[in-house]
Amino acid sequence: MSIAFKPDETFRGDYSYRNSPVAIRRFPFPFPQDQYMYSVNIEPHTKGPAGSVFENAFDIDEHYVAEMRDRAITLERDPGRCMSLPHMIDAEWDTLELIMESLARDYPDLFQLHRDGARWSWINRPLGLEQTFTFGDVATLPCPPFEYITRQCQGDFVIMDQRDNDLWADSGMITSQADWSLMFDVGMSFKEWHGPVPLAHDMGIFERALKYLLMLQQGRPVRRLNWTMTINPRLDTSPETYPEWGPDRTTVTPDNVGDKVHLRVELQGLFRLPRSNGMLFSIRGYLASLNDLATHPRWAKRLHRVLTTLPNELAEYKGLVRYRQTAIDWLAKFDDGADLGTGTQPE
Amino acid sequence: MSASMQVEITRIRDLAPGIREFSLSPAGEGSFPVYSGGSHIVLSLPLGARPHRNAYSLLGDPNERHTWRIAVRKQEDSRGGSRWLHEQAREGMKLDIAPPMNLFPLVRTGRRHILVAGGIGVTPILSQARELARIGADFEVHYAYRGPEFGVFSDELEALAPGRVHHYVQSRREQIEFRSLLSGRPLGTHFYICGPAGMVAASMEAGHTLGWPESHLHSEQFLAPAGGEAFDVKLAKSDKQFTVPSELSLLEAIEQQGVDAPYLCRGGACGQCELEVLEASGELLHHDLYLSAAERASGRKIMTCVSRLKGGCLTLNL
Ligand code: HEM
Ligand code: FES
Repeated sequence: MSIAFKPDETFRGDYSYRNSPVAIRRFPFPFPQDQYMYSVNIEPHTKGPAGSVFENAFDIDEHYVAEMRDRAITLERDPGRCMSLPHMIDAEWDTLELIMESLARDYPDLFQLHRDGARWSWINRPLGLEQTFTFGDVATLPCPPFEYITRQCQGDFVIMDQRDNDLWADSGMITSQADWSLMFDVGMSFKEWHGPVPLAHDMGIFERALKYLLMLQQGRPVRRLNWTMTINPRLDTSPETYPEWGPDRTTVTPDNVGDKVHLRVELQGLFRLPRSNGMLFSIRGYLASLNDLATHPRWAKRLHRVLTTLPNELAEYKGLVRYRQTAIDWLAKFDDGADLGTGTQPE
Repeated sequence: MSASMQVEITRIRDLAPGIREFSLSPAGEGSFPVYSGGSHIVLSLPLGARPHRNAYSLLGDPNERHTWRIAVRKQEDSRGGSRWLHEQAREGMKLDIAPPMNLFPLVRTGRRHILVAGGIGVTPILSQARELARIGADFEVHYAYRGPEFGVFSDELEALAPGRVHHYVQSRREQIEFRSLLSGRPLGTHFYICGPAGMVAASMEAGHTLGWPESHLHSEQFLAPAGGEAFDVKLAKSDKQFTVPSELSLLEAIEQQGVDAPYLCRGGACGQCELEVLEASGELLHHDLYLSAAERASGRKIMTCVSRLKGGCLTLNL
């Protein structure tokens, strides 16, 4: 499979990011039902249909090159978006190995890995990189292994250390987060960093999810979807840069809502890491404008109903309150009230 | 990597009376994944009609990708696994195993590590010691065994931690005094033990008495292998009747019948696979994280991905 990258599109300034029809069609639409509520929506991360975002362990798409450039810009401005505590070094190498092996296996025309004992050569064609290094020897890479590989893989990443029957967010590469801060969360435990999430604690969701994850097995990753909404196709919606994007929420009008309001879906993968017994959490984000989604009327109808019935606590937490009604009004024209059944398919 | 992999027994060594070491290699092409110190694998042993699953700690170098080693002590009174490995297993035989799982991991934020091994309990301690040696951590090992001939891994341990391995030979009336071993240790010290139940209990008690935090006292545990005893099932709506064999979950057995059953996580957490129990002649064994105590007590619900019935027949509304 060869991908037509869009190396020049931007996620800031003029926001020239656009989805091709193919990208829209494979968008991981997250609503199987007309109502949305939190649940332990975890399932095995097994190979999905060809062309779908579930086909491979780490999904690479047409936005790859541009997203990696946006990450580099964010890191340049704020190196603190990539952090790793010293005891995480084995987990860093685990992550590098997992991602390199997966990308080389799943996209052989884009990425290649040659291993000769501890001597590894890595070729990344889309970014034009070649690196020979000694696995386990940090000095042979231009930067630490976790930063090195996550500058080359779409999505944000957290590595958790597992100890004392809990997971601790002890490393992270976070440049496209939905308004949470790595600087704040690093070193926290599973329930601590989930502290701000409404309702889910009382529903026992984090309790069950944590127990399940503590038993996660090597070679049997799992995944879930999470979603929010973002104004403009912006990756860096962090608390640190809030002044740059927060005010955009007040700029949504009935005329520009289709263009400006994006559904932001995170395909989250969880992988047990073999050497360190840590866990990699991948947060692969997808952005689709309401215009994009409306090219598939079933999705427009579904989103209309989900937004209409969304509990206020969730709307507030996700920061949708300012423009939710404008979006609902715009989507209403697509919704004939027909029974959609269950499922996330576009037609 | 799939849920199970096939290995070949490449070497069997008798280390001491009743203690055998097995070297395993991948049965086909390819190599093993690496693992973390303290991990175990689950072997499926061909005892009779149904495989019998036993967990064994990996004792070699976690970075070794061609050979894994386990050591097995023959348990005369057990109905199965260790006897088979001592009496029937031969070099060249192939076995199915589940990939490594670690329920006895090292704490990487620890400043100092005390490892204690009793008898064959030395196996996970060996891989832990190798990992600590590799990362250059501060650690010591205490190794207790019945008689001089049973200290089968003394040399390997000495090579990993020269001068930091302490031996306790029971036949010479040497014994680990946990009170003194655990007292006066600096903050940030972690304690790990694998050995006979009585020894583990004594060490935990000493730790608690001395005020050690629970989170710094670690003992080996194995995950109960998936599966369990066989039982019968009737599906009322689809009109099917069959037996869930010991090696399959109820959910897997239903799927094998070609019946669509709901599921998501397959690990007892999400709640999707819940089915209504119409009748159960036997005790429901709930292994999920989902049902409330009241729901369990009602006997009306079962999570098919992890839970089973003990004996008898289960009738489900499916
Ligand atoms: C183990 C790796 C995970 C990490 C590192 C992680 C991290 C986070 C973070 C940083 C937030 C934002 C909290 C804030 O507002 O400050 C969040 C939100 C959330 N997380 Fe997780 N999470 C993980 C796994 C899970 C799992 C397994 C579940 C399963 C139920 C889950 C459910 C949620 C939910 C429901 C929210 C609220 C999202 C929203 O409404 O936008 N998380 N998570
Ligand atoms: S499939 Fe999730 S609880 Fe059974």
